[in-house]
Amino acid sequence: MVAEFGFSILAVSFFVAIYSGIAAAFGVKKQSSALIESARRAQLLTFPLISLAAASLIYLLVKNHFEVSFVYQVTSKSMPTYLKVTAWWGGQAGSLVFWSWLLAAFTSAVTLRKWNRDIEFLPWIIVISAITLTFFLGLVVFFENPFTRFWQDASGQILMGMNGDPIKSVFMPSGALAPFIPADGRGLNPLLRHPGMVIHPPMLYLGFVSFVIPYAFAMAALITGRADDRWIRLTRRWALWAWLFLSLGLVFGGRWAYDVLGWGGYWGWDPVEIAAFMPWLTGTAFLHSVMIQEKRGLLKHWNMLLIILTYELVIFGTFLTRSGVLSSVHAFANSPIGPMFMGFVSLSLIASVALLIKRWPELKSEVEMKSMLSREALFLLNNLLFIGILVVCFWGVISPLASELFTGTKITVGPPYYERATGPLFAGLLFLMAVAPLSAWGHSTVQTLGRALWKTFAAAAVITLILFFAYTHNGYALLGFFLVAFVLLTTLQEFWRGASARMSAQKENFFVALSRLAKRNRRRYGGYIVHISMALMAIGILGIEIFQMETQGTVAAGQSLELGEYRVEYRELASWDDIGAGVNYTRSVVDIYENGIYLGKLYPRIDYYYDSQQNMTIPGQHATLRDDLYILLVDWQPVSAQGATFKIYVNPLVNWLWIGSLLFIFGLVFAAWPDRDPAEAPVRRKVRAENKQAIG
Amino acid sequence: MQRKKFIIGGVLILAAVVYLIASSTKANAEYFMTVDELNAEGAAAVSKSVRLSGAVVGDTIQYDSSTLTLTFDIADVPGDNAQIEAQGGLAKVLHEAVVDPTRARIKVQYEGVMPDLLRDEAQAIMTGKLGADGVFYADELLLKCPTKYEEAVPEQAAAK
Repeated sequence: MVAEFGFSILAVSFFVAIYSGIAAAFGVKKQSSALIESARRAQLLTFPLISLAAASLIYLLVKNHFEVSFVYQVTSKSMPTYLKVTAWWGGQAGSLVFWSWLLAAFTSAVTLRKWNRDIEFLPWIIVISAITLTFFLGLVVFFENPFTRFWQDASGQILMGMNGDPIKSVFMPSGALAPFIPADGRGLNPLLRHPGMVIHPPMLYLGFVSFVIPYAFAMAALITGRADDRWIRLTRRWALWAWLFLSLGLVFGGRWAYDVLGWGGYWGWDPVEIAAFMPWLTGTAFLHSVMIQEKRGLLKHWNMLLIILTYELVIFGTFLTRSGVLSSVHAFANSPIGPMFMGFVSLSLIASVALLIKRWPELKSEVEMKSMLSREALFLLNNLLFIGILVVCFWGVISPLASELFTGTKITVGPPYYERATGPLFAGLLFLMAVAPLSAWGHSTVQTLGRALWKTFAAAAVITLILFFAYTHNGYALLGFFLVAFVLLTTLQEFWRGASARMSAQKENFFVALSRLAKRNRRRYGGYIVHISMALMAIGILGIEIFQMETQGTVAAGQSLELGEYRVEYRELASWDDIGAGVNYTRSVVDIYENGIYLGKLYPRIDYYYDSQQNMTIPGQHATLRDDLYILLVDWQPVSAQGATFKIYVNPLVNWLWIGSLLFIFGLVFAAWPDRDPAEAPVRRKVRAENKQAIG
Repeated sequence: MQRKKFIIGGVLILAAVVYLIASSTKANAEYFMTVDELNAEGAAAVSKSVRLSGAVVGDTIQYDSSTLTLTFDIADVPGDNAQIEAQGGLAKVLHEAVVDPTRARIKVQYEGVMPDLLRDEAQAIMTGKLGADGVFYADELLLKCPTKYEEAVPEQAAAK
């Protein structure tokens, strides 16, 4: 009953989405505001409709309706209720519904805003989002339906199709008597039963879907021919929030990998990870380069291109991250929806670029970029570096396809390729992060920049020298730490300069001055906080990538393993079943010492899930700002429980990665927080007037 | 004049990125191979970076937990997904590869933690090098389990 209802509602919302798009386009053509209003209402209707369908799906998941194939795939009786709910996005079909639901919600938020200005954008935004929504709902309705069920014939046997798979359909096929109800579901992969994994996909999806809104505005601007930067101003916050969620999705994913996958790492350059990373790269470039357009009227084509790329990479990423074609892009054609995705990406890319070319002359820059060291030139360089990293990633992902096409042998590249090729580009970005904020709009010279930067440059050099004599001779590490110190000192100096100016002018104390300063220009100082957080994250990445230590061994109770300054002494081990949860726990107890001083106990363990016959290795972690002691239980002797095998990592500085992530959230929320005074708009006019004076 | 400077700058950056990609690809390329292809190349493949895939033969899995040395045999499966689909899907192909004694096999050695997913008829995807002794030394071991595949048939009948 519920399955039929859910499916019918999805089908209805599919047609409503189509209607809203067509009505909006015709409304513009016929200049009928009634038709546009009807399109708007239809768009608003998609959200409650998809919510109902989603509610039906959640009901089926929570109530163990295993005759529904999606429920059978992603849940089992032993799973707690909250995991059954989040299993909604635990499989392909459900996550496509989730995507559609978010898109309907966000578009509704846009169409519900006060449209007294810029009303000409409205119908086109409805059209763009309706096309996207129609595509996703179409996939759900025709190809990846979460409501299909298993069926049985009169003898109680499951109905099989011609290809040897069970028949799955929403409505009763001929020859069927009743739905076939498996006794239990297969259950969510235990690796995914982790709080990090519960929120990681929705964060990524929030980020993905929010980027559709700036794209829709950009397309609306191209279609209506409004070549000014109104679309950028209207979507600035959308882009910031999108970027925040996407970043959070990546960070949660990294933390999950670190806690659960048991290889002492957080990022493996897997194609699935890269798929989520690529729109982040173009999105980051976009956030920077729109500032150039707002302040200087430059790079208009470039911004359009960036948002188009981001949108296409979002669609592509959605497909890659959820299609289960794990770790090998050459497995594309496996899924029936693969070609659909490639088709949609190609068509929308061609259409968007064609529109951009049509409006090309109207998007001419208002001034010319003059100085190689001006802020806008350095921002452009930043953009090129981001795109460079994107190209490296894209080449890495498609290398098996490309090499087979051109040379006949299939070649792939692993993490060392990405590390080697992106390393210099990331270093360049860090350098720019220190230099660019101090360069001036319009014109800077080596002298002006040098005067602003020499102190922090010298201080960073001194810190690097200290590191060289006291800690490490590794050249990459020293260069990295130098750049990090340069960024941190220069950015902090900027806070200090602004605050001390206020302190003397307004007679405020330091903290009041600092907070008022930052609040007066949220985007700028929020951006600086994000820069600081990036530098902190870089510390963590340099630490774990360059200085990670590991050892492994089998020890009897009372014996110990040593690594660096740590000693790990094995005490005991216990193994027991939790029947209700369907899990067997094997937990070891170890004492840890640092330079002979007792620090405490850790409990590395292995959880064995009976329903999926799969292990999950949970490390014991001792985290400090200096390093992370990370202990994995690998194996044990079941009879005597006398000996156990451990793998131990020391991951220096890695916690700065997570500290940086927290600061990053703060900085971005600070930057995106709604301002009361819209003081930004007149700024550019002033700058332009000044330029005219300078030129004339 | 200004324009020229920017174009030159852009070209230089582009050249740098292309150089980074080309040299890194060259230094880190791994060749996709099946067990059949690797055996056919034999000595010529020794010390070449290879990404090898095959079906794990359950009886041959041996693990020495004191040295963390894992050895097992893999049987040849097609490298191409279209071919796998044509032969009835991954689970079937893996099963047939393991039960067929005439299939090409190769011994794999891996040092490290025994992966949770390693079991009979799993698909192993490894990167590593073929040793002169004919053993494939894997640096990295990834496993896919056909039982986790979405198309698997429900086993238990309903108690309705």
